Amino acid sequence: MSQVDIQQHEENEERAYGFWLFLMSDAILFSLLFATYAVMVTATDDGPTRSEIFGYWRTVANTALLLCSSLTMGLASIAIREFDKTTGLRWIFVTMILAFGFLVLEIQEFAGLVAQGAGPDRSGFLSGYYTLVGTHGAHVTIGLIWMAVLCLHLALRPIDPIIQSITERLTMFWHLVGIVWIGIYSMVYLPGLYQ
Amino acid sequence: MFGRLTEEALPFYSEIAMAGAAVTVLGGLFVVAIVLWTGSLGYLWRNWLTSVDHKRIGIMYVVVALVMLLRGFIDALMMRAQQAMAMNSPGYLPPEHFDQIFSSHGTIMILFMAMPFLTGLINFVMPMQIGARDVAFPRLNLISLYLTAAGAGLVLISLVIGKFSTAGWTGYPPFSENEFSPGVGVDYWIWALVVSGVGTTITGINFITTVVKRRAPGMTWMRLPLFTWTALCASILIVFAFPALTVAGGMLALDRSAGFHFFTNDGGGNPMNFANILWMWGHPEVYILILPAFGVFSEIVATFSSKRLFAYKSLVFATVVIAVLAFTTWLHHFFTMGAGASVNTAFGITTMIIAVPTGVKIFDWLMTMYRGRIRYQTPMLWTTAFLVTFTIGGVSGVLLAVPAVDYTLHNTTFLVAHFHNMVIPGALFGFFAGYTYWFPKAFGFRLDERWGKRAFWLWLVGFYLAFMPLYALGTMGMVRRLQHYDNPDWQPYLIVAAIGAVSVLLGIASLAVQLWVSIRDRERLADKTGDPWNARTLEWYSSSPPPAWNFARVPKIEGLDPFWRLKERGEAYREDESYDSISLPRNSPDGVVYGALAFLFGFSMVWHIYWLALLCLLSIVAHLIASSFRRPVEQVISADEIARHDHEWKTAARTASRYDGDPLCDYRPVLRKVPAQ
Repeated sequence: MSQVDIQQHEENEERAYGFWLFLMSDAILFSLLFATYAVMVTATDDGPTRSEIFGYWRTVANTALLLCSSLTMGLASIAIREFDKTTGLRWIFVTMILAFGFLVLEIQEFAGLVAQGAGPDRSGFLSGYYTLVGTHGAHVTIGLIWMAVLCLHLALRPIDPIIQSITERLTMFWHLVGIVWIGIYSMVYLPGLYQ
Repeated sequence: MFGRLTEEALPFYSEIAMAGAAVTVLGGLFVVAIVLWTGSLGYLWRNWLTSVDHKRIGIMYVVVALVMLLRGFIDALMMRAQQAMAMNSPGYLPPEHFDQIFSSHGTIMILFMAMPFLTGLINFVMPMQIGARDVAFPRLNLISLYLTAAGAGLVLISLVIGKFSTAGWTGYPPFSENEFSPGVGVDYWIWALVVSGVGTTITGINFITTVVKRRAPGMTWMRLPLFTWTALCASILIVFAFPALTVAGGMLALDRSAGFHFFTNDGGGNPMNFANILWMWGHPEVYILILPAFGVFSEIVATFSSKRLFAYKSLVFATVVIAVLAFTTWLHHFFTMGAGASVNTAFGITTMIIAVPTGVKIFDWLMTMYRGRIRYQTPMLWTTAFLVTFTIGGVSGVLLAVPAVDYTLHNTTFLVAHFHNMVIPGALFGFFAGYTYWFPKAFGFRLDERWGKRAFWLWLVGFYLAFMPLYALGTMGMVRRLQHYDNPDWQPYLIVAAIGAVSVLLGIASLAVQLWVSIRDRERLADKTGDPWNARTLEWYSSSPPPAWNFARVPKIEGLDPFWRLKERGEAYREDESYDSISLPRNSPDGVVYGALAFLFGFSMVWHIYWLALLCLLSIVAHLIASSFRRPVEQVISADEIARHDHEWKTAARTASRYDGDPLCDYRPVLRKVPAQ
């Protein structure tokens, strides 16, 4: 490696490390939202309880979409690391479709709940629910925008260390989004079904 | 169109509020006028406002801190005056105004004075201490500065447009909910905290990455200077504690603006959750403030005792243990909330345990001084005053850690005395010490000693006069935050406290005079050596002020106190045979752009101008995306220029005596006589 390559490599490593720290900070943010939800889950104020409002199949579909997208994102990052632009773009595209599907289902769910009078201002429980799941949804949205930007980068120039660095961080971000969803699925939706 | 912003937001309802607004506006205009009058706008823009140099960013942070110190102190003075005269009388401040003042005093002093001050010191010193050319992410560093400034700007503008919060610096619901605080005050508080909190989190990430990835060859963990250790631990606390502030602020904002029920009295809300989440940030925050000051004291005590730090490793471990335990004590801020005897006991015990590593540090510093050749210059005065005063505060803290005692003293002025007794000597004295200690490194001349000592004594006496009476008043049952009272026994104590505040005022004035005198006498106070105090760590291994590239050659580190070692072997000022060119990041206007957008975003959220808030957010996103396509531009400094600078500095350092023209203050003989330790 030349001097410039080494410097670029070190910079990418620093970026990845700094971004990982940010993700840890983000994980703390989610853990506080989880804790708040756990405390507020019984604070329904005579409104709907969790067993009344959570559907089974939609959540299963959501989970399937997001976990698959974690896999496809991983495949995309491997391809980009190997300088394989076509395969990389293909997998990012699949990931975007899956993520978009996830968002559509989530927005449908929220809209349906609000329509039946179970909006976030109904009770402390629903405030906690919307904030936790909504913050996660916001992360999915950010990931989706980020993927679009990455596609633009890939379309405009050959794969270089900067593109690889962007992909690496996006992949880390996307895996965190997946992990948080597993937490949401098992802490928010599953207990609601077996009550 | 403009949300709830109308002309009624202007402070024509009260003369005092109008005076405050006038001072703020005129102060701002005055600065702008000076800049334009001297024609230095272009200079400022090129060399400071857009500079990504960590040293300049650090200095700008300290400037923000000093400005906010003035503002926060005026609040303190007004409160002391009100309480001194409000015995069976309404005083001069109406309750509504008094409440705003204690809220803004706390918010400003912690988030916009202490935080920028320590961030500035770390920014300036830490990269040089580890032998780095800059922090890991210089451009982000600049953006963090402007986010902090945007938060500070929101607090300042609340004085002119609208009102500030009346809910105290902790903003407890249900009082801070719409039901009881329908105005914009709490919103100003929330958005100032959230905007600056984002900046602080980025700073924390930046500092950790710098220490982990950018240490010079040979700078192993157990060779890190203690200030760098404390900077690292404080940064870890920042990254893991600030999300809690974001969550608490965000939830309160959702309650207030979108009708959520997190902390409301109705709808299943639970105000106690807020206290929990806020203090999960708030308690680590105390250690974020204090740890870097501990680092400053450690550097100063070693330098001015001309000795290696006593038990370096135990100081490192004590720092790390404090950082870990900082997350285990938050509940002691609300023992009286009724969590139950066993929970309270557990947190009482963790609180007492955290006093142990702190005590270890006090003894380490004392043992460093023991049999050292102590020079009582201003930084050392702050340090010794800290040792005594902080210990008193620590003892009162251990007292409060007993839940049964806390039940009788909770929310009394005893508590106010306690935390001021921790944070003023524990953080502020440290920042002043660091400011005096590193000032010559930053500007090439020392601060005037005489005025520094005057400032020190006025501050110290003022502190004791202002806060010792509050301990007594607390045990006499005086609740904090009283706008007026009817107990004649209290008034003498409150008058003494007010006299103390006046003494601190004179101390601040002395600091201002000191700065002016020092700039006037900069020839007399000049330091050509780059090492005015005969110091031990790497930040002194450069000219004063240091060049943009810090070190002509990244030094190799062979042990603790690397600069001292070099001086001992007579190699410190030996010139290199060849020099390489160095590339550095170019200036960037990004900080100003993001800072302005963040300020506007916060402002429009406060006033419910949602279209503008959305526009600001979209602009930030667009700017982020656009900048991902920009190649980082670097400037290359030629080897010749570096060689020339290095030669000039080293020649000066070899020939000039320390403290030019003042042979009594030349410590070079000490250098030869004291053996390596």
